[in-house]
Amino acid sequence: MSKDNQILEELTKSDYKYGFHSDIETESAPKGLNEDIVRFISAKKEEPEWMLEWRLSAYRHWLTLKEPTWQNVTFPEINYQDIIFYAAPKQKISPKSLDEVDPELRATFEKLGISFDEQKRLTGVAVDAVLDSVSVATTFKSKLGELGIIFCSFSEAVREHPELVKKYIGSVVPVNDNYFSALNSAVFSDGSFCYIPKGVRCPMELSTYFRINAMNTGQFERTLIVAEEGSYVSYLEGCTAPMRDENQLHAAVVEIFAAKDAEVKYSTVQNWYPGSKEGKGGIYNFVTKRGLCSGDGSKISWTQVETGSAVTWKYPSCILKGDNSIGEFYSVAVTNNYQQADTGTKMIHIGKNTRSRIVSKGISAGKSQNSYRGQVKVMKRAEGARNYSQCDSLLLGDKCGAHTFPYIDVENPLAIVEHEATTSKIGEDQIFYCNQRGIATEDAVALIVNGFAKEVMNQLPMEFAVEAQKLLAISLEGSVG
Amino acid sequence: MLKIKNLKASVEGKMILNGINLEVKPGEVHAIMGPNGSGKSTLASVLAGREDYQIEGGEVEYIGKDLLDLSPEERAREGVFLAFQYPVEIPGVSTTNFLKAALNQVREHHGKPALDAVSFLKLMKEKMALVEIDQALLSRSLNEGFSGGEKKRNEIFQMAMLEPKLAILDETDSGLDIDALRIVANGVNKLKTRDNATILITHYQRLLDYIVPDFVHVLHKGRIIKSGDKSLALQLEEKGYDWIKEEADTVSA
Repeated sequence: MSKDNQILEELTKSDYKYGFHSDIETESAPKGLNEDIVRFISAKKEEPEWMLEWRLSAYRHWLTLKEPTWQNVTFPEINYQDIIFYAAPKQKISPKSLDEVDPELRATFEKLGISFDEQKRLTGVAVDAVLDSVSVATTFKSKLGELGIIFCSFSEAVREHPELVKKYIGSVVPVNDNYFSALNSAVFSDGSFCYIPKGVRCPMELSTYFRINAMNTGQFERTLIVAEEGSYVSYLEGCTAPMRDENQLHAAVVEIFAAKDAEVKYSTVQNWYPGSKEGKGGIYNFVTKRGLCSGDGSKISWTQVETGSAVTWKYPSCILKGDNSIGEFYSVAVTNNYQQADTGTKMIHIGKNTRSRIVSKGISAGKSQNSYRGQVKVMKRAEGARNYSQCDSLLLGDKCGAHTFPYIDVENPLAIVEHEATTSKIGEDQIFYCNQRGIATEDAVALIVNGFAKEVMNQLPMEFAVEAQKLLAISLEGSVG
Repeated sequence: MLKIKNLKASVEGKMILNGINLEVKPGEVHAIMGPNGSGKSTLASVLAGREDYQIEGGEVEYIGKDLLDLSPEERAREGVFLAFQYPVEIPGVSTTNFLKAALNQVREHHGKPALDAVSFLKLMKEKMALVEIDQALLSRSLNEGFSGGEKKRNEIFQMAMLEPKLAILDETDSGLDIDALRIVANGVNKLKTRDNATILITHYQRLLDYIVPDFVHVLHKGRIIKSGDKSLALQLEEKGYDWIKEEADTVSA
């Protein structure tokens, strides 16, 4: 219940809360993209030859592709030759303990509320913090190591566990999958790697914080999660970015592989800088997230709370290949001012008796546009496949838009696919009712919106739920009245 | 406590209140009765500060303040409570969470700290007994899927929690069976003190068997055309509204 109070406190503030810039020297690549830049990045990361070759093949494929235009968003053309594709905080020796981490960097994390000491002591969350492109500190590694769990930066995984990376990278999102995944494959700077061995239940929530920090630097993160037979992991990703005037491109790739009876829960709170109230600046967030339920009885669950970015374009998806496998997608997407979001999911039913569940809650305010785009595909051999989709939109004011684009493609006559959609407005009656009990209009909106999104918020791990509730309220400040 | 002087209000250009005069003192219960369309609910809405209504004239003084100058939430925080005729549904928000937000904003307004969860729960249990309301109901989404009786009982429960100075009950008796009516009325009676006042807006005298008013006013065409004590309500029950209407129309003609 105290969560509500925190919301109320937060509501009295109105600027983008995480808008500051920390002064850490960065070592950057020159602007633009060509094979030499790809080689430069690979060399910086001291990668083996096969990794460079993989990047180069992705780059060459990318050259043959055109930027997609089918999504329901508009933005100025991106000049890929004007982007810095690699920036790493200068730090010569990798720290062995938290004490060795650059104090300035640690101060930045503390401003973000990520106190390592506290996290270590109290929450049991292992944090692999990413500032710009290089992982700077990893905690709890030894504890996880005892269970055979690998949780490290992507670069480290390439060095220390090349056989695993080689086996799984691109296995869920192939190099040639789409324009932005090809771009990411060519220039990804770092990210997280997570491996849960057979039969192991990861005892803590794994968490990574991403943060864009250097001027004009694209962020190309890559995450790979592999859950072996009968294993379980809950993975949290959250991010905040400092205030910027220029648009920044963020094109991440997340791949999840789940073997027989494995379960992966992936939760995101996304709060990239959304641009100013006038629609200036903000992050372009073009992400490819996909999970493969490879083995029978496996399960992948995506939960996302999207409040940030000027333009969001993302569809965390599940390929339900194994029989009896389960895919879930829970989403809250908030757009305000001039934000645009085109987000949803794909559930591809291949195996028998596969099940999927989609719960999408879109909230639009200001002059924003919020689209749900979802595909449910049931292949011929997917007997007994079931899908349930629910897409609800909530409008604040009369200058915003909510759109729903469901694609349903069923090839098996025994499949059951359900789709429900609603659109509602926050009613003046509801606001007045709250006012009459002493609740101010902005707080009433926060209350109603959090109620609307509750079904999804309930899916989040506790520590994220609190942050996410606050975010919803902050994102919608000034949208009514 | 409340002084309404020549209050006039319209909605969408149509005059509804044509000069209301009413004074309510602490400890008093006033019943406002009248046929459909006489302006009863409009009066309640105007006092609570609903924006759909345009004030065309007059003034309202409430505990020494200009009520019409306050926002709806300020009125609420100063102790004006409206039990809605049609309480709205707020999906996903439990009565408990809703009231916690409301109560703490009211407390903040009066410079009091927010109630911690334990004290809040204690207060809730105490007030739940007053209106014989089940805790399970309070955990459900506010008014969503509630029966008519549950909604009204929930309104009175909120009133108990917020302890208003001036409670306006807008047709709280409508849609209640006799048992629910008794429970609701009991709740209202128990909440009565020497310092607070109640305005009951009702169509039927039935409610007044349970909550005995000090004054009964008859509203017709946006004016109070007759005031009296509780016996007036009984007369209305017996003879209907026509005789008073005729009386009033004759006088004004």
